[in-house]
Amino acid sequence: MADMDISPLLISIRVAFTATVVTFFLGVYLASLTVKMQKGKGLLDGILTLPLVLPPTVVGFFLLLLFGKNSLFGNFLSSVNIRIVFTWQGAVIAAAAVSFPLVYRTVRGALEQLDPDLVFAARTLGISEKRIFWRVVFPNILPSVIAGTVLGFTRAMGEFGATIMLAGNIPGRTQTISTAVYTAMQAGNRPLAYKWVAVVCSISLLTVVVMNYWNKAAATPRRRV
Amino acid sequence: MALEVDIEKQLGDFRLRVAFTVGNERLALLGASGCGKSITLQCVAGIIKPDKGRIAVDGQIWFDSARRINLKPQARRAGYLFQNYALFPNMTVEQNIAAGMRLGPRERQGLIAEKIRAFHLQGLEKHYPVQLSGGQQQRVALARMLAAAPQIILLDEPFSALDSYLRWQLEQELVDTLDQFAGGVVFVSHDRDEAYRLCDRIAVMSGGAVDVIADKHEIFSAPRTLAGALITGCKNISRAEKRGDRDLFAVDWGLRLLAAAAIPDDIRHVGIRAHHIEAAGADLANAVRCRIRKIVETPFAMIVMLQPGEAGDIARTADAGSGLRWEIDKNIWQKMDISDSRVGQGVEVVLPAPALLLLR
Repeated sequence: MADMDISPLLISIRVAFTATVVTFFLGVYLASLTVKMQKGKGLLDGILTLPLVLPPTVVGFFLLLLFGKNSLFGNFLSSVNIRIVFTWQGAVIAAAAVSFPLVYRTVRGALEQLDPDLVFAARTLGISEKRIFWRVVFPNILPSVIAGTVLGFTRAMGEFGATIMLAGNIPGRTQTISTAVYTAMQAGNRPLAYKWVAVVCSISLLTVVVMNYWNKAAATPRRRV
Repeated sequence: MALEVDIEKQLGDFRLRVAFTVGNERLALLGASGCGKSITLQCVAGIIKPDKGRIAVDGQIWFDSARRINLKPQARRAGYLFQNYALFPNMTVEQNIAAGMRLGPRERQGLIAEKIRAFHLQGLEKHYPVQLSGGQQQRVALARMLAAAPQIILLDEPFSALDSYLRWQLEQELVDTLDQFAGGVVFVSHDRDEAYRLCDRIAVMSGGAVDVIADKHEIFSAPRTLAGALITGCKNISRAEKRGDRDLFAVDWGLRLLAAAAIPDDIRHVGIRAHHIEAAGADLANAVRCRIRKIVETPFAMIVMLQPGEAGDIARTADAGSGLRWEIDKNIWQKMDISDSRVGQGVEVVLPAPALLLLR
């Protein structure tokens, strides 16, 4: 490994972490928003879930349309000197877009499972809505929030299609482990591809194992097993 | 009045339209499931918003559609005991009790200690709800509710989550707790015995409306409505037509009966409790020839299902609606002539005039 350029690993981790922070807050926020919605819930939910079922290259295509120089939004961004296309920030957006539905859906599921009487009881006790969310709702959906966030993180680590569309595959700048594996195979460098595959497999496995232990610890003794 | 309620709410096909007042007393909302009693309670607490009407507590308006007032549940100070207690699973007993306190940290500790003592929760302070028994959970929920200093207390079927043998003890504990509470209490139940034991007055609810509201003794001794008779456990009910001042015809039973009091003009049904039917003796008023359709043994009583009339063929008239249910204590049953009777045999019973329930 000594002669290996480890920049794809660093970029992958940086991109996945940043994307996870974004999806965590956005996922929890939008999930708690859609659960309360009366009308238009189905449509909004569909749109928010879409990145999960669309081919990642299609998601990347849409992101490219949005952030490219030919769009209004892209134009505005370049006028204030923000570049998204072919930058690591672009990779973050691509990874976040694709992994977002995993966080959103897991959190929403947990919110729907939560006994509504808990919130009602808290209200009749005079507890403010903000406090109810952080002291009653959030702690009780925490195991699902953790699970969704970790799933989102691993998905962001492995993102390929949308990333290569929006951020490209520039070694040392936007090349992640996934795109590095692709490049190595294209160049016929199988040993390098094997190494990156081993790295990404270990990270993903480790993350999921740690998540399971963490969830178990968080779950006892407050809940029925 | 501690609580005044006059509200309307449309929920799909269901229409709720209730009005009642509660003083510093205990009122039971008694009704079958789906009659709207829990929704009423939720409207009072502010969990559901009524479409129209007014809710006031101690003169303070909580909801008034005409004046566009709708206090948040947080501002209402209604103590609400949920069916499943709704304890916060992520908090210890102590934290649950403290959750609704409106106090500074120092007084808080004192009040927690006081509630822990009052509800016999010593040693359980650091336990989580899942580690508690059903009875302990209820005590924590009560302590939590009272620690928030409510103006009124709303109880939503508080014993439905418990085994029957635990109920009795907890019910007595609850009575002791409520005795110390100065404000009004509304208790929702579908269990007539429970409502009778716990409350002063009873409002019988049916089809989204208060059918009758009266002192509990009156509701049980002389229910004036069909819903009142059914919910207080009257098993024998027939449609009725007024024929004279004290003379009525029970349509389903095919019987002419004499009432002890003047029959109201708007009588729709007549009823008699199963244990008020008597074996025929010297008194021949309201004596009825019946055939025995079925005899059912229960732990302490025999239940004889009767078919009024001489009609021989039981099978053809075996319409459950037209039968009479006669309940006899087992001790009495053994001394009776008919104790060795068989299905199909004839028997004469009396429906005593004072026991007839004349229902609107």
